[in-house]
Amino acid sequence: MNNQMNEPMSRKEMLNMIDEISFSLIDTQLYLDTHPCDTDAIAYFEECSRIRNQALRDYANCFGPLTIDTVTSACNDRWSWVNEPWPWQEGGC
Amino acid sequence: MWNYEKRLQYPVKITQTNPKIAKVIISQFGGPDGELAASMRYLAQRYTMPYKEVTALLTDIGTEELAHMEMVCAIVHQLTRDLTPEEIEKAGFADYYVDHTLALWPQAASGAPWTATYLQSKGDPITDLHEDLAAEQKARTTYDNILRLVKDPEVCDPIRFLRQREIVHYQRFGECLRIVQDNLDAKNFYAFNPEFDK
Repeated sequence: MNNQMNEPMSRKEMLNMIDEISFSLIDTQLYLDTHPCDTDAIAYFEECSRIRNQALRDYANCFGPLTIDTVTSACNDRWSWVNEPWPWQEGGC
Repeated sequence: MWNYEKRLQYPVKITQTNPKIAKVIISQFGGPDGELAASMRYLAQRYTMPYKEVTALLTDIGTEELAHMEMVCAIVHQLTRDLTPEEIEKAGFADYYVDHTLALWPQAASGAPWTATYLQSKGDPITDLHEDLAAEQKARTTYDNILRLVKDPEVCDPIRFLRQREIVHYQRFGECLRIVQDNLDAKNFYAFNPEFDK
C-alpha cells in the first residue's frame, strides 16, 4: 500500500489501492452491522475511511473522478464525469 | 438514495472473447440465484424488518449485490464484445444475439427471463433470513459450477472473488438470525412473527 519509492503512483497502482482500501471498508461495514459495539473494528473502519477519502480526492486530481463528490477536484471547463472510460470498458477501472 | 462509483468492486480484465461461456455466466446476472435477484431480495425485505442491525445489513449487502451485478455484466460484456456474425454463429450465440445483439439483458443460462418469482420477501424475519442464507449458498454453488466450466484465468479470478463474497454474506446473515432469535423472549417464546404480531 505504501509508495516507498516516493514516485507518483501510476493510475493502475492508485486504483488498485482504492479497490483494496474500499474492500477493507465494506467488509468492516458488514461486520459492524452485526457487531456494532466492537470498538477495534470501529477504529479500523475510521482509519480505512480516512485513507479512502484522501485516495479518492488524489485520484480525481490526477485521473478524473470516480465518485460524484470528487468531480470538483478534477474540474476545469468541461464536465469531467463523462470523460474517463466506464469501468467495463477498455482503459476503464 | 444511492451514489455510483465509477469503478468495479474487483477488477475485470478479460482479453479473450468466449460467447459460449458468457451464456453460462449471464445466469449470475438474471438467473434464479443471480446477483439481480439477490439485490432485489434484500432491498425489498428491509422495509418491515424490526431489528436495526438486520435492516442495516440488508441495505449494505443489497447494495454490494448491485456492484456484483455490475461485475457479472462486465464479464459477459468483455466475453462478447466485438464479435463477428461468423463467431456468433460458430459459438451458438445466435439465439441470444437475435433478440439482444451484444447488449446485456437479465436472463438465466437457459434463456428464461429474469422474474421476481426468483425471490421472496415474506415479512417474517426468521423466514426471510432463512431465504437469504439459502440464497447465498445457492449463488455459491452456481459460482462453483461456473468455475468447473471456465478455464480462462482472467475469467476465473473475478468469479472466485464473487464466490468468496457469498460465503461472507452467509456468515453475516447467520449472525442476523442469531440477533433475531436473541430478541425472542418469554413474551414471544413460540416465535410469532415479530414483523406482524408485535
